[in-house]
Amino acid sequence: MAAPLEILTAPLPAETDPGDIDAYMAGGGYGAVRKALKSMSQTELIEEINASGIKGRGGAGFSTGMKWNLCADRFPRYLCANADESEPGSFKDRHLLEAKPHQIIEGMIITSYALGINLGYIYIRGEFFQIIDQMEAALEDARKHGFLGADILGTGYDLELYVHPGAGAYICGEETGLIESLEGNRPYPRLKPPFFPAAIGLWGQPTIVNNVETMAQIATIVDMGAEAYKQIGSEDDTTGPRLFGLCGHVKKPGIYEYDSDVTLRELIYDAAGGIRDDNRLKGVIPGGISAPILTPEEIDTPMGFGALGKLGSMGGTGGIIVMDETTSMVDALLNASSFAAHESCGQCTPCREGVPWMNDILRRIRNGQGRDEDLDLLLDICKQIHGHTVCVFGQAPGVWPVRTILVKYWPEFRACIERKELVVPPLEESYLRPDQYEHIPPVPGNFRLKTEEADAAG
Amino acid sequence: MNSRTVTLTIDGRSLTAPAGATIWEAARSAGIDIPTLCHDPKLEPVAVCRVCVVDVENARTLPAACIRKVEEGMAVRTDTDRVRRARRTLVELLEAGQPPGDDRRKAADQDELARLGVQLRSDPSRYVAACSNPPMPPDLSSPVIAVDLNACILCDRCIRACDDVQVNDVIGRTGKGSETRIAFDNGLPLGESSCVSCGECVATCPTGALTDKRLVDSAANGPDAVPNGSGTRRVDSICPYCGVGCGISYHVRNGRIEGVTGRDDTHTEGRLCVKGRYGYDYTHHPQRLTKPLVRREDAYPKRPLSADFEDYRDFRRSLRSPEWNDRIREVFREAEWDEALDLAARRLLEIKNTLGPGALAGFGSAKVTNEEAYLFQKLIRVVFGTNNVDHCTRLCHASSVAALTEAIGSGAVSNAFQEVLETDVIFVIGSNTEDNHPVAASYMKQAVDRGAKMIVLDPRRPTIADHATRYVRFKPGTDIALLNGLMHVILREGLQDRDFIARRTERFETLEPFLARYTPEMASRITGVPPSVIEDVALEFGRVERAMIFWGMGISQHVNGTDNARALISLCLMTGNIGRRGTGLHPLRGQNNVQGASDVGLIPRYYPGYQSADDPEVRARFEEAWGTALDPDSGLTVVEIMHGALDGSIAGMLMMGENPFLSDPNMNKVRKALQQLSFLVVQDVFLTETAEFADVILPASTAAEKRGTYVNTNRMVQIGRQAIEPPGEARLDGDILIDLANRMIRMEQGESGPRWAYDGPESVWEEIVGLTPIFEGITYAAMERDTVVWPMEEPVLFTGSFPLGRGRFTPVSFAPPDELPDHAYPFVLNTGRVLEHWHTGTMTRRARALDAISPEPFVEMTPGDLARLGVEDGCPVAVSSRRGAITLKAMASSRVADGNVFIPLHFKEAAANILTNDALDPDGKIPEFKFCAVAVKPVPSSD
Ligand SMILES: Cc1cc2nc3c(=O)[nH]c(=O)nc-3n(C[C@H](O)[C@H](O)[C@H](O)COP(=O)(O)O)c2cc1C
Ligand code: SF4
Ligand code: SF4
Ligand code: SF4
Ligand code: FES
Repeated sequence: MAAPLEILTAPLPAETDPGDIDAYMAGGGYGAVRKALKSMSQTELIEEINASGIKGRGGAGFSTGMKWNLCADRFPRYLCANADESEPGSFKDRHLLEAKPHQIIEGMIITSYALGINLGYIYIRGEFFQIIDQMEAALEDARKHGFLGADILGTGYDLELYVHPGAGAYICGEETGLIESLEGNRPYPRLKPPFFPAAIGLWGQPTIVNNVETMAQIATIVDMGAEAYKQIGSEDDTTGPRLFGLCGHVKKPGIYEYDSDVTLRELIYDAAGGIRDDNRLKGVIPGGISAPILTPEEIDTPMGFGALGKLGSMGGTGGIIVMDETTSMVDALLNASSFAAHESCGQCTPCREGVPWMNDILRRIRNGQGRDEDLDLLLDICKQIHGHTVCVFGQAPGVWPVRTILVKYWPEFRACIERKELVVPPLEESYLRPDQYEHIPPVPGNFRLKTEEADAAG
Repeated sequence: MNSRTVTLTIDGRSLTAPAGATIWEAARSAGIDIPTLCHDPKLEPVAVCRVCVVDVENARTLPAACIRKVEEGMAVRTDTDRVRRARRTLVELLEAGQPPGDDRRKAADQDELARLGVQLRSDPSRYVAACSNPPMPPDLSSPVIAVDLNACILCDRCIRACDDVQVNDVIGRTGKGSETRIAFDNGLPLGESSCVSCGECVATCPTGALTDKRLVDSAANGPDAVPNGSGTRRVDSICPYCGVGCGISYHVRNGRIEGVTGRDDTHTEGRLCVKGRYGYDYTHHPQRLTKPLVRREDAYPKRPLSADFEDYRDFRRSLRSPEWNDRIREVFREAEWDEALDLAARRLLEIKNTLGPGALAGFGSAKVTNEEAYLFQKLIRVVFGTNNVDHCTRLCHASSVAALTEAIGSGAVSNAFQEVLETDVIFVIGSNTEDNHPVAASYMKQAVDRGAKMIVLDPRRPTIADHATRYVRFKPGTDIALLNGLMHVILREGLQDRDFIARRTERFETLEPFLARYTPEMASRITGVPPSVIEDVALEFGRVERAMIFWGMGISQHVNGTDNARALISLCLMTGNIGRRGTGLHPLRGQNNVQGASDVGLIPRYYPGYQSADDPEVRARFEEAWGTALDPDSGLTVVEIMHGALDGSIAGMLMMGENPFLSDPNMNKVRKALQQLSFLVVQDVFLTETAEFADVILPASTAAEKRGTYVNTNRMVQIGRQAIEPPGEARLDGDILIDLANRMIRMEQGESGPRWAYDGPESVWEEIVGLTPIFEGITYAAMERDTVVWPMEEPVLFTGSFPLGRGRFTPVSFAPPDELPDHAYPFVLNTGRVLEHWHTGTMTRRARALDAISPEPFVEMTPGDLARLGVEDGCPVAVSSRRGAITLKAMASSRVADGNVFIPLHFKEAAANILTNDALDPDGKIPEFKFCAVAVKPVPSSD
């Protein structure tokens, strides 16, 4: 059985304020910055990060080393630490921002130094106003201690970091939406390709956007060394410690730190103490609302990005939403879909029009006015949105929850339509077994019923 | 393989496309049509609608063809099942949200969404009943544009048209998700927003969410209004208003103009302003003159008809009132053409015979075609026998032309305004460009968006200053001190172009010592501009490779207007900013054909093509060509002719399309002058304030009713085409002139005299070209093919040398304006125009939309000055000068500075020119419209 870790969640000395830089330093804090700036060259640092195998913690699980390597050879370059965390079911960034602001700053300093960046922003979800204040104070303390500003630690390296409050929309967390927002525009995502932020980002300059947890992990890697870091988890899937946030129908919701080899079952039943009232599990979303749902038969999977991808789901943000047998999946999907309809930025037509239409149709089904053709219509809209939008929002969280919950819980939706009311069938009758549907790689959430016509999906 | 092209296949066809082209462009050039909604080739693609998606081999998703660039070896399919389904779903989703059956628009084939729906056989009913949000009420607050957000598909074309093309920055988006809407400013109704009604958004909207208000407002327009393009005939022509010379298309049905659109294939790329797009209906106004009029015996002595229309509310009513016609009938009677023309010919000849040809004069117009202007000046010089022929250029750029001619030997604009897109600094002084040359201003604003600097200098902050990188306010009338100060700093910092000065100019040595005393501190004391700002501007201007200088009436309409222009020319020459692309001197021309009218000789001292009438050799050549002896004396200019009328030395006049009563300074004096004339013939389309003093009125035709050529501010010669017939018995101006000439010749010389015979405007143009070297090679055929500038193929003038050889520096000293404010008249009055109106408002105030947007006169004052007078914003005030007084509404504005007021000149019920000073610039003979002393007093309210 997997054992919990205490790397990112290592407690600070008792009774200290997490923002207290002296307490943080007393526990070895800012050692990584010293080590990096004083004893490592930029190339060595980048190699270290590459060697660690770290995958970004913002949702997509993209290799951080690779992202850095893609950074165009132009200056100035900018850094944006993404702390806009708004994905339903996700709260690990908030935890880290509250508990370890200085570790995030440390990671940002190291990243900036490695990439020759002299100006960075930490873009914090606007609703986190206390965190924003705390982070500003932490930056001020870091500045006072000579970790920011001109000639840091006498190395001749200059860096300024600023907090930017988020503009109050989920899409501000999408990296190009975030950049637009920083530039003072509506956070409309930019079209990619042709240009990714690492080539053309903030103010047209190469820009690295990384999740704040990724930033904190950078400090950890420098601290313990890539060699030790990659021993955590598995090198052929996901290395390093992970923060999992369990919520929903578990007995002990909260943040749990494990490596990626931990299974979903272990997280639910061991870490979080099992399902409330000892009910049976009906479904679990393993990484934020966008991540395709897994049924009770699918929870013995390790939590690595690769392992979840093989099931047609994804690691996402590590925010795990657990639903027990009393849950109406129609309601659950309507809820997810309402979020998507509300948060679509509205820029491009397939998402702006399609996602709210799906929401309307789902609401009708929930209200007992579903039509026979509605489920096929939903799948058809999914297919026509998928891959046709400006940014990934259209699919996650626009399409993937609909497509996967619908296909996997098809009988429950059919029951609702047939009985013209909201029904929660007995668990056994509410979902299909994995051999009854098919996952079409390589896109997450691409499912179809085994019985469907071949061209009706795909 | 050529590295600048790529080879790809589209629908199995192998083709090459330039690298950097989009898939959509490559497909289109191969004749393959990919549907679009959010794309308009004139706009930067944003790829938000996604209906242009195509299948690219080995691509995971369907990319948008309107934005995805072609790549070597790409295999594209534009019409697979997958693509068609994606498009169909999108169209259905959009259609399902549309207001039910807007049949009119669909019938008109205006609705790109509906068209696409038909093409893709969409079935939006698949989605119905899912939800029904109550429709949003239409926004009909704008006088010209109707907004129905229910029909909006958020393609963002209007946003890009407004923000990126016209750079008015009115339209944006608000809300998110399904609540996303386009919004005007911060969500205001369109009519209350900063919209300037250019209509660029309407022109590009694919669904009719933004439409011409006439279409939905049948109360105002009758049920007949039809959208452009349905059942209408299109006639390509040129906007009749300003010197920008935008290309327009008239849409004509049953002899009426139903709408105007911009022509993409012209130099202005389809852009228009509110006047060009919505100001066309004056031509159908019921007050058009349709029959010659002769003054009744009992209507002498002459009085103005409209004296009792001084209250402005009544003037607007008079535009529609039948009583107005009764009043005309009391003074004038209708006559046949023969009678009217014979009478005119006879009386004019009588004056010529008794008082000599010098007692006759003619005012032509900068609104008519080159051919008409040419015939007019020929009539005056050849048949009247005098050089007393002029037109309103005198009132706008005569001083600029005088200075330019003296310094470099040509008054023409050196570079096209579009070259702002290639310059580093745009220097704009004394020009309210956004109101007076709106489409030229759009290019300037675009240039700033793309990184150019723009320095705007003006005592009254023009709206274009809102887009400038720097705005400098200086005290009115102190331009020379400011410009000398700038030149001082440029020399002090060694930023002059020594090489250019040495190679291309002369007399620099006179300028250098002269400027020594114009230190920034000294210039600052006169202009009120801080010395550091003078230094910064000089550095900004002096340091760049390329700068363009634009100016308007703020420079020219002063008693020292010529000196102002001389200083600007020196600034340009000393920095070598002429003779290359992205540089040059550009006095923005006012009227649509003020350049052309001057080019063809509608000015006293020059025959066509700026050939001096004072030069005996030139005169001999024209005497030979025109077959008669010509007046050896210099002719009189506009204001001198008016003075002549006052003192009796001018007795008879012909006026074609000019309204000096309102346009000339010191109106009370003009009124007296017009009354004094013993015989006045007016040829016009409306009974203007000037025509009220006429003895004979000849009904003429508007631009839409005739064919001919016009020269815009860029020296571009363009063809205006006839869209409709003149109403009633109204005749073409050229025909009237030829007829009058022939009658006068016959009366003087009998049947044996020569006869003027022309076969349409082309034959007049041929005659002009034969006499005018600057037009060499320019034919109607060439103009039909392409845009043509004179001289042919020289968009940039003076690349190697100036007509004078070397450019000449003339130092000029600051001198104060003619009439300074004092105790009795403590305010400085500035006059000018507003966006919606043109000149004396004869046309624009009779255009429904323009009148609705800008119905009444006002005087702009600072809120502080208003408070000191104890007057509320919007209340009436009396403004008086030593020459007269008017009453009008006060408007609080910070565009003017304290102590300054601004009044637009268009409104006869409160005519600014009652107040203005007719003191003249000694060289340009231009009056000081831009500066006189006035007093402002509250008017006790009547109730
Ligand atoms: C709709 C949308 C919302 C997103 N929101 C967040 C967010 O709140 N926080 C975050 O770190 N990444 C978010 N992302 C992912 C970012 O675009 C980006 O991939 C990430 O910040 C990169 O960081 P990483 O490489 O460290 O994972 C979002 C992506 C999408 C498509
Ligand atoms: S997919 Fe949705 S969220 Fe992304 S740009 Fe389009 S409308 Fe905005
Ligand atoms: S108003 Fe018209 S042009 Fe503007 S976004 Fe809507 S549909 Fe497009
Ligand atoms: S800018 Fe001038 S020419 Fe162009 S539409 Fe407006 S008035 Fe007409
Ligand atoms: S036309 Fe290409 S996305 Fe709209």
